[in-house]
Amino acid sequence: MNVLVCIKQIPDPNAPGKLDPQTKRLVREGVDLVLDPGDEHAVEAGLQIVEKDAGEVTVISMGPPKAVDAIRRALAMGAHRGILVTDTALENSDAISTARAIAAAVKGQTYDVIICGTESTDGSSGAVPAQLAEFLALPLLSFAKKLEVAQGKAVIDRQTDDGYDVVEAPLPAVVTVTGGINEARYPALRGIMQAKNKEVKQVGLSDIGLDGQAGKAALTQEVVDATPAEARKAGEIVEDKGDGAKRVADFLKELKVI
Amino acid sequence: MAGVWVFAETVDGTPKPVVLELLTKARSLGDMTAVALGPGASKSVETLGKYGAKKVYVHEDGAFRDVLATPAVELLARLLAKDKPDLVIFGMTYDGRDVASRLSARLGTALIANATDIGAKDGGWAIVSPMFGGSLLVTTVPKAKGPTLVLIRPKAVTAEPAASAGAPQVETLTDPVDTSKPVARVLRRETEKASGPKLEDAAIIVSGGRGLGAPENFKMLDELAAELGAAVGASRAVVDAGWKPYSFQIGQTGKTVKPTVYIALGISGAMQHTVGMKGARTIIAINKDPEAPIFKMADLGVVGDVHKIVPQLIQEVRSRKGK
Ligand SMILES: Cc1cc2nc3c(=O)[nH]c(=O)nc-3n(C[C@H](O)[C@H](O)[C@H](O)COP(=O)(O)OP(=O)(O)OC[C@H]3O[C@@H](n4cnc5c(N)ncnc54)[C@H](O)[C@@H]3O)c2cc1C
Ligand SMILES: Cc1cc2nc3c(=O)[nH]c(=O)nc-3n(C[C@H](O)[C@H](O)[C@H](O)COP(=O)(O)OP(=O)(O)OC[C@H]3O[C@@H](n4cnc5c(N)ncnc54)[C@H](O)[C@@H]3O)c2cc1C
Repeated sequence: MNVLVCIKQIPDPNAPGKLDPQTKRLVREGVDLVLDPGDEHAVEAGLQIVEKDAGEVTVISMGPPKAVDAIRRALAMGAHRGILVTDTALENSDAISTARAIAAAVKGQTYDVIICGTESTDGSSGAVPAQLAEFLALPLLSFAKKLEVAQGKAVIDRQTDDGYDVVEAPLPAVVTVTGGINEARYPALRGIMQAKNKEVKQVGLSDIGLDGQAGKAALTQEVVDATPAEARKAGEIVEDKGDGAKRVADFLKELKVI
Repeated sequence: MAGVWVFAETVDGTPKPVVLELLTKARSLGDMTAVALGPGASKSVETLGKYGAKKVYVHEDGAFRDVLATPAVELLARLLAKDKPDLVIFGMTYDGRDVASRLSARLGTALIANATDIGAKDGGWAIVSPMFGGSLLVTTVPKAKGPTLVLIRPKAVTAEPAASAGAPQVETLTDPVDTSKPVARVLRRETEKASGPKLEDAAIIVSGGRGLGAPENFKMLDELAAELGAAVGASRAVVDAGWKPYSFQIGQTGKTVKPTVYIALGISGAMQHTVGMKGARTIIAINKDPEAPIFKMADLGVVGDVHKIVPQLIQEVRSRKGK
């Protein structure tokens, strides 16, 4: 069973995000870049499949050269090799361009399962996996909180508003996993050491036959404005001196909800 | 006039609540067509008309319900090529997102996700989406040819029936749906039963955070909610800890709610949480930390211990209701 996991490097979500007022792009300078925590679950899901069955996990990321750090992190967790799609012409890629580049980079190779996060922590459009599935003409099993791969099929528990659906697709298939699917492992020192010697292949746009068809040249949209949202104002703050509950109940009465 | 389409998701012939919101927005932007797919879809025509659809495409094949995304994508791609609308609006739901995303790749058109508003601008569209937990509003304009696809977050628009609405023109499609290609098929549906109103519809929400300390302490929230006829919600910290299933989660990566009253108990008020509930008419917060960010937006904030106050509050509510 061979698994491909799509991973994105993002600014540390624990640091407040910033948008460059001029370019309207995410500020990536002077902030720590990390493997998207959502994608750690995707890597973990991939590792669990090959540990049960035989096979290898390849991780792929599209991003600047620095994104190799996110790939190394996944390799340290146990993934076998990495592919970095990087090219200055890919700067400013939108989701569709990202998906097109990933699809082109893996064309001709066969994977039983391609695993993604449901949505990135920074862009959070959640569009890339479905677009990737479309470009590769594969079924998409989305929002998986449980995944089983066996006998040429993938079966997931797909999150819904009030529970879950059990959904099945033949392999190969694209799967998106939610944070609830597993506990992502922490790389051990040995894994970190081994990761240094694992292969990371770098490819550019011309290598994947997409010159002029992705990134800046193929932008489908542009951010033209960014303004702070209006904040709600604080009302009355009181300290509980044994009468807190009474205050709340009075307020609820005032609001005519009791 | 611009051609504006709405992907009208229905469940057994009833439009999902978000669909009524989409229709309300769409009819203000142009001539509106709704596409309703799946068994029973024709039953939704009257409601879709009430909310301003001038035309409704209906296709009742079971595949639209039982096969994820691809049948809807095939059909929409065909209809869009024929009618060439300018804008197609989807709800940011599980299925809406899959269908819109696949379709954007099929057509090579712009897809703008997480939107809360759409306006006409210079003969095109300007789409507003919140970023960084809703602290920033970004405006995006499409650049690609073909219809612009927009995913609107639930509760971003207040649904209202159209002032004047005639019966829509209905075109019922029956062409066979090809599912011979490999597809993702639903085998079974499981619901996690929750008592009381649904979070999305509830007028009052009692929501718990990590400050509750332990999963069993949600019992007092259930009790309070029962007294108030409220739904119970939770922060992601609670869901991540496994105290409550994901269907309870409110926020950026959970549900967006707009109740009359939102009661936040032991919730710090992180941006990613408040983006999902700051549309509440009134916010009440109880938190032991006077510096908790939730107090910056609460109409009434009580600095104190939830373990003490909530049981008392249940009694207070009971005694007031008794009168
Ligand atoms: C705040 C913000 C909002 C944006 N909104 C949009 C938008 O609405 N539409 C749009 O087209 N672009 C948008 N972009 C641009 C977007 O960040 C990039 O196009 C990005 O590469 C893909 O979109 P995403 O981050 O939304 O990924 P998502 O689709 O949310 O990511 C889901 C999964 O796809 C995989 N994946 C995503 N990106 C990569 C990658 N670079 N390499 C490998 N795997 C990946 C991962 O498994 C990830 O978990 C936005 C950017 C920002 C900063
Ligand atoms: C990309 C991304 C998406 C996210 N999406 C969501 C989302 O959809 N929804 C969401 O909720 N979060 C989301 N988060 C997480 C969010 O940032 C916060 O971590 C989370 O909301 C915190 O939950 P909490 O308030 O329950 O816990 P904490 O932040 O730990 O707060 C607990 C609060 O309880 C108070 N407290 C403790 N004991 C008591 C007591 N005895 N009595 C009264 N008060 C007490 C404390 O003072 C504290 O304020 C997201 C984060 C990221 C990065």
